[in-house]
Amino acid sequence: MSTAAIVMMVVAMLVIWGGLALAIASLVRHGAVEDRAENLHRDR
Amino acid sequence: MSTTAGGARQQADQERRRGGFSSRRVFILAAIGSAVGLGNIWRFPYVAYENGGGAFVVPYLVALLTAGIPFLLLDYAIGHRHRGSAPLSFARLRRGTEGLGWWQVGICFVIAVYYAAVIAWALRYTFFSLDESWGADPEGFFFGEFLQAGDVRVTADVVPGVLVPLALVWLAVLVIMALGVQRGIGAVSLVFIPLLVLAFAALVVQALLLPGAAGGLDALFTPDWSALTSAPVWAAAFGQIFFSLSIGFGIMITYASYVGRREDMIGSGLVVGFSNSGFELLAGIGVFAALGFMAQAGGVAVGEVASDGIGLAFIAFPTIISEAPAGALLGVLFFGSLVIAGITSLVSVLEVVISAVRDKLDTGRLAATLVVGVPAAVLSLVLFSTTSGIYVLDVVDHFVNQYGILVVALISMLVVAWALRALTGLGEHLNVHGRPRVGTGWRVLTSLVAPAGLAVVLVFALQDDLSAPYEDYPGWLLLVLGWGLVVALPLVGFLVARLPWRAGTHLDGPPPGADPATPVSATAAAEPPPGNRPGTGQDEGGPR
Repeated sequence: MSTAAIVMMVVAMLVIWGGLALAIASLVRHGAVEDRAENLHRDR
Repeated sequence: MSTTAGGARQQADQERRRGGFSSRRVFILAAIGSAVGLGNIWRFPYVAYENGGGAFVVPYLVALLTAGIPFLLLDYAIGHRHRGSAPLSFARLRRGTEGLGWWQVGICFVIAVYYAAVIAWALRYTFFSLDESWGADPEGFFFGEFLQAGDVRVTADVVPGVLVPLALVWLAVLVIMALGVQRGIGAVSLVFIPLLVLAFAALVVQALLLPGAAGGLDALFTPDWSALTSAPVWAAAFGQIFFSLSIGFGIMITYASYVGRREDMIGSGLVVGFSNSGFELLAGIGVFAALGFMAQAGGVAVGEVASDGIGLAFIAFPTIISEAPAGALLGVLFFGSLVIAGITSLVSVLEVVISAVRDKLDTGRLAATLVVGVPAAVLSLVLFSTTSGIYVLDVVDHFVNQYGILVVALISMLVVAWALRALTGLGEHLNVHGRPRVGTGWRVLTSLVAPAGLAVVLVFALQDDLSAPYEDYPGWLLLVLGWGLVVALPLVGFLVARLPWRAGTHLDGPPPGADPATPVSATAAAEPPPGNRPGTGQDEGGPR
């Protein structure tokens, strides 16, 4: 494989799969806040 | 206040009957299952290769972030806020736009009818892979022995080798649909999506170990930067994103209506969008590694063996399977992946129709499944298990995609953004529990950039089809099953919209209790009691 091809493959992987990892992390973090809020409500 | 509470209770009861996903995770897997289909595996790799290779990453990502995900969020907002199928959601948005929803329903019905046929072919080829039934001539075997395709004409000559797997596909899909949103679609997604990722990852590993794989990847990723100044390349990127995300024709509206009110739809949309692209990238690597092996084995350039669609799946891949070590395993993984990806997409397409029928007529799950599924299955068996099936499929697929989905998506987006000016309200709805928040940027992308991208794709498609008959098919075939179908679908859609809704259907704006900003205590009446929440499967299955 040429250097340019390797670079572009790595860039595509980092951006797309990295973007997916970030999206999942963000959703999990935010989702956890929502769950806690609902649990607090149920405790009342 | 009592009226509001009564309306909210009625709405909660209605949502309990409609059903829904039991959790955000199930919804996300189902949405990924819908988005990840045959196109991800057999279309994306070739589109990327043909349009700049590694440089295609740039327009592809621009299209994903400026049109794909914004449009996906628009679909989510419409369905999640209005708590209904595509026609009901549009009717609640503005009564006069209900026809757009039925237009989308019609498109989904047509797609379901032919999509099942391709899954049936892949199912048969999963078994053909075991003994490489195609022998030394995969192309001759596919068109001759398997499909028995003759001259281009519509015939009633049944091909049993296609009829049986097609009937099995429909039987399996109708059982899934009858089981309902959670116990059917949700459960299948929970099993099939991880299985699909595992199977395809195993295929990619096997393909990467083949001699010549690096040559295939080199062909796929070597950038041609001059492609970035080419308008058709940008149109190809917007088209690929648009067609692969299942946006604009009712699926995501329907699925979003099955999600709990207080879920983060923006975060979910980002996960679905990037998962779809992540799978496409995986498919590109696997497919081109295998094509690299095929090119090296044949002593030709990768460009000479690269193809897409039916040619890639049923001609190139059988050739690779015959030549590769452990080819049978490669074949089972490849065609098995096509079957799984196809079924999770097919159920999403059918759910658009079933959900609409249930909302309009207030029928039970089983009744709606039979009313929609049996005619679709019969039509599918009659049209696509014959010797002319492949020609009919090719024409219908081309026209319904290019001028059905594309046009209804473009018009729906323009109507919502410009005629109804509903983007502000829909954005506020997404922001109540969604992160990161959407604002002016999303509205600009949804009202200007995404429609402009779709319009350009449409213009290029029209240019091609008006300059020469599609694939040189006879004019009557293109006129009847191509242009005729494209014109008929919106007409039928707006005619069906004139039928009355079942008594008691809320049509003016979002239904009571639909506002996710309302404190939990205030919406208690609207929320189904624990154990009966939408998505726990309480609605599911069986006639009422």
